[in-house]
Amino acid sequence: MLELQHISFEVPENDATHEILRDVSLTVPAGRLVVITGPNGGGKSTLARLVMGIERPTSGAILFNGQDITSLSITERARLGISFALQQPVRFKGLQVLDLLRLASGRDITPSDACEYLSAVGLCARDYINREVNASLSGGELKRIEIATVLARGTALSIFDEPEAGIDLWSFQNLIQVFQDMRRDIRDSSIIIISHQERILNIADEIVVLQGGTLAMQGPRDQILPRLTGTASALQGCRRIGGGEQ
Amino acid sequence: MKLDSIQKQLLAEIADLHSIPEGAYNIRSNSQSVGRVSTANIEITSKTDVSGMDIRIKPGTRHQSVHIPVVLTESGLSEVVYNDFFIGEDCDVVIIAGCGIDNCGKADSEHDGIHRFWVGKNSKVKYVEKHYGSGDGTGKRILNPGTEVYMDENSTMEMEMAQIKGVDDTDRKTVAELAAGAKLVVRERLMTHGKQRALSTYDVRLNGAGASADVVSRSVARDDSYQRFDAKIVGNAPCNGHTECDSIIMDNGRILAVPGLEANDVDAALVHEAAIGKIAGEQLTKLMTLGLTEQEAEEQIINGFLK
Ligand SMILES: Nc1ncnc2c1ncn2[C@@H]1O[C@H](COP(=O)(O)OP(=O)(O)OP(=O)(O)O)[C@@H](O)[C@H]1O
Ligand SMILES: [Mg+2]
Repeated sequence: MLELQHISFEVPENDATHEILRDVSLTVPAGRLVVITGPNGGGKSTLARLVMGIERPTSGAILFNGQDITSLSITERARLGISFALQQPVRFKGLQVLDLLRLASGRDITPSDACEYLSAVGLCARDYINREVNASLSGGELKRIEIATVLARGTALSIFDEPEAGIDLWSFQNLIQVFQDMRRDIRDSSIIIISHQERILNIADEIVVLQGGTLAMQGPRDQILPRLTGTASALQGCRRIGGGEQ
Repeated sequence: MKLDSIQKQLLAEIADLHSIPEGAYNIRSNSQSVGRVSTANIEITSKTDVSGMDIRIKPGTRHQSVHIPVVLTESGLSEVVYNDFFIGEDCDVVIIAGCGIDNCGKADSEHDGIHRFWVGKNSKVKYVEKHYGSGDGTGKRILNPGTEVYMDENSTMEMEMAQIKGVDDTDRKTVAELAAGAKLVVRERLMTHGKQRALSTYDVRLNGAGASADVVSRSVARDDSYQRFDAKIVGNAPCNGHTECDSIIMDNGRILAVPGLEANDVDAALVHEAAIGKIAGEQLTKLMTLGLTEQEAEEQIINGFLK
């Protein structure tokens, strides 16, 4: 499904360059749910932005279903079947929730279709469908609508950047259900979730730990999770990360 | 009433009119009234001294509408029209004006509509005015609307003005005077392109206790166009005034927003907001991740913004 080959990403900093990702290689097979975790600033969001084409790697290649997409635009990658729910969703003056869901689905969906996506993310559709996606929405509401746009797209690969951030504890189980339903409904679909939450790590097939721009650990959940929570120092680290939601 | 297809299309653009409107109306085409109907409560008569009409709405008229669209399709036509609205007390009416110019010729076409409103006590008026230009002639399409609003106690006026396409030059002036408890809401939407120029000037005077005004302009300036939004609110009593100019610039567009607040009473609360900038890159990016091209994303963002 998705293959990252020796991805590095540098940004200019004064006269030098600052390396944000170094030689990251990673394979996400079809039908898998992969959770990427690791300390703040480790490079997780950057990696997701590289996959979506929002940033271009300094070196390395990105393959999607065997096709080299490294030089493709965001639009082209989206059309090939990649979706991305941003860590910090964007607000639009004037665009309504229904407009955004229509654009996401690529069809002129009816309000009742749109309602299904909103209900799935725990929003009472009637109250939201005509709301503007502007500053009047709360952080959690905006985050849920962002997730709904990815649901509406229903692509083969969906990436969620800290989907749980800002979502109340009470709704957490629903969120987990959303990912499980996606796996069931879209055949062979792969999901990448960037998260610091143990409850999301618990539903992963595989866990990837990004730290300081490099892959620190990678493997099946059963192997990685005990190592993250097993040692005293790691535990401390995880608690610190877990509390550091934005 | 005989209208050709261009005139019909202009009417659809400016007044959503596809057939003869319900209620009172006057349709003006190339400086002639081509259809007029008064109703029991709404009387439309021609002025005798200048070009234009008097529209008298009886006190207590509720849930009725007046349509007064204007279309110009002859190149080189230039006209000034005065329309006066006398709205009695306790009314609740909708007034739909608007002007469409189609200019396929070399000479400039110009319509200057001066609309004056006297809104009676406790009356509620919704006023909609759309401007639209079409035709590929080199002659300019010019619209200079003047609007004067005199609002009696506890009256409400909601004005919706839109000019989205095809008008080369506009100099709009709106003045309003509000008595105690009167409320004015203005929503202006404007898009300019090519070498168009649009000026919009407001002078709103809040003269009575509890008067309020909310004047909001959303605009997009593309290509080499120029816009000036000049909104002045004067608070002469305990009152609330708010003006807002929210604009997107693209290409070589230029926008000047001139705030003007004058408080002559210690309990006058006046606020001005203005924001001008290009489309946020992250908005484009987000829509592109949904599969839109950059141009499609731009279009959606602007459509939404001006909706
Ligand atoms: N365009 C950029 N210019 C400079 N520094 C950048 C740029 N993009 C990212 N960074 C830096 O790269 C590092 C990785 O950022 P990234 O957002 O990928 O981290 P993250 O793992 O998602 O962190 P968090 O858990 O806080 O969301 C950070 O130190 C960040 O400041
Ligand atoms: Mg991040």
